[in-house]
Amino acid sequence: MTSLRRRLFLILIAATGAIWLCAVGWIYLSSRSELEHVLDARLQEAARMVHSLVAGGNIAATPLAAEVPGTTYERQLSCQIWSLDGRLVARSGGAPEEALGDPAEGYSERTVNGEPWRVYTILDTEKGVRVMVGDRIGLRDRLVRDLVAGLLAPLFLVVPLLGVLIWMSLWRGLKPLNAVARDLMGRDAEDMRPLAPAEAPAEVRPLIDAINGLFAKVEAARRHERDVTAFAAHELRTPLAGLKTQAQIALAAGDAATRDGALRRILVSVDRTARLVRQLLALAKLEASAPLALKAEVEAGALLREVAQLSAVPARIGVSLDPALDALRLKGDRETLHLVLRNLHENAIEHMPEGGSIIWRRLPNGLCVEDEGPGIPEEELPRVTERFFRGRNKSASGSGLGLTIASMAARRLGARIELENREARPGLRAALMWS
Amino acid sequence: MRILVVEDDPILMDGLKVGLGLAGATVDDVATCADARAALAASRFDAVVLDLMLPDGSGLDLLAAMRARDDATPVLLLTALDEAPDRVRGLDAGADDYLGKPFDLDELAARVRAIARRGQGRAGPVLKAGGLVLDPATLSATVEGRPVGLSRREFAVLAALMERPGVIRSKAEIEERLYGWQEEVESNTVEVHIHNLRVKVGRQFIETVRGLGYRVRRPA
Repeated sequence: MTSLRRRLFLILIAATGAIWLCAVGWIYLSSRSELEHVLDARLQEAARMVHSLVAGGNIAATPLAAEVPGTTYERQLSCQIWSLDGRLVARSGGAPEEALGDPAEGYSERTVNGEPWRVYTILDTEKGVRVMVGDRIGLRDRLVRDLVAGLLAPLFLVVPLLGVLIWMSLWRGLKPLNAVARDLMGRDAEDMRPLAPAEAPAEVRPLIDAINGLFAKVEAARRHERDVTAFAAHELRTPLAGLKTQAQIALAAGDAATRDGALRRILVSVDRTARLVRQLLALAKLEASAPLALKAEVEAGALLREVAQLSAVPARIGVSLDPALDALRLKGDRETLHLVLRNLHENAIEHMPEGGSIIWRRLPNGLCVEDEGPGIPEEELPRVTERFFRGRNKSASGSGLGLTIASMAARRLGARIELENREARPGLRAALMWS
Repeated sequence: MRILVVEDDPILMDGLKVGLGLAGATVDDVATCADARAALAASRFDAVVLDLMLPDGSGLDLLAAMRARDDATPVLLLTALDEAPDRVRGLDAGADDYLGKPFDLDELAARVRAIARRGQGRAGPVLKAGGLVLDPATLSATVEGRPVGLSRREFAVLAALMERPGVIRSKAEIEERLYGWQEEVESNTVEVHIHNLRVKVGRQFIETVRGLGYRVRRPA
């Protein structure tokens, strides 16, 4: 696991170090060039001084001047006086016998006895002398090195101090994050109260807002789940209460007629409850599954005949199918289509008066079923696809889930359910339409 | 004991009707708030068993409306929502008792008897008048400690008279206690039941007040 603090610390240390290294490099280079400049000027000055001391022609210089007692940078400067015919007239202590520099006037660099020298030469034809003053380049480098080392030494003391400072600053700076983390860690799974964004700094607020947004979504999903579960429990408890009551009656009843009546009602109730459970499962499955790819095509007539066969149709209610449906091919997977049609079919049959018939018809972009029931009051139409909504004209055995399932499954097919009351006569027309 | 049951599930409704009938109650059933309002306006009930989720509204609203017009009929709420807050809301809206679905039929009958007798201003579980004792829980009667076999209807007639000893009950009132709306009222049945009761428990208990009805003498 990566720590944000360690990461920031490393980045800050690396950045500070890089800047410092650049600064050191720059100081090194600029000190060096400045130093060379100064030393070159000194070389030239020293050469002129020696030259001015040399009288024309006869030089009364000690052939070998005494060495100056050493300092750290001892024998830095060496001096040679040459006659024009190439004779070494005089030299300072420590100066080599070989010529230090070029015979021409000006600066030159040359390696003598394996040691590099920087030399200034003055050529005086009048006096007949050549004065050379040289500097050991090795010494010059040491000078620059010492200078830079002097600059760098405190730096290496400061770096750890800086590291500690950065670490502490980060610790303080990241405190709001720690506070949020502590807050979140201390919560139990039920606690979906939003985090307080007011106390958080601006940088942490987007994170807190995102977490709060997630909390809200999770909370809404859980509330929805709770509602559905509560509703399902409620819808199951009523038939269970009916079953228990009828069972107790069957046990307590003295006469056979009462007992048989109760047992028959238990059978009806068990069927109805089984259907409710089937619908609840279908609904849960629809909610849990992802939308599917729509490639298959199913023949509407055959599917409807299958649906009609599966659903219990009371004896005195007819079911008629438009022959045009045989030619209609519906897009979507067979299972989902079956779910839609079965729920529409059962809904239509539930609301039928005895002796009528429901009719499945083909539409230009779908199909519909028409019943002869009481229809749905206009103000209830938008609500009938809500879970467990049962309107004023509800059937005795309905669960309030059929149209919910049909409309959810239709959406999965990329289609929609349209409900309207029939115009010419009472009844509902429920259509499955592709747009 | 005449009970109004407001419940929209047909099978549960049938069960309540038959089950409470076995427990000695006369049950009228309605499936909507509107019908319940009409029933309450038309007749007097000893208790109401009220489902909370009805197709045309909430049973709580019906209950609140009843209490608002000072209808003191005892109400037992019957619902699938039986979390504590739901129960509290129901009781605070004026309900006398609360039972979650699914329930035990015997318990329901006992609770209905309990709120009904409280509604009649009684605390004791049995009805007494002189040496005559009626136990609505077991539908049994004793005269001076001697058990007497009564039919369900006879028991209902006697219970109606003994709930308020000394008060005259008209024939119509007694009929209302005996029959639900859907039941055909047979003529002269009250007279026949009174006659049979006098034979079974003794003439001295039931007095005929000519032109007004019947009463059970208040114990001295």
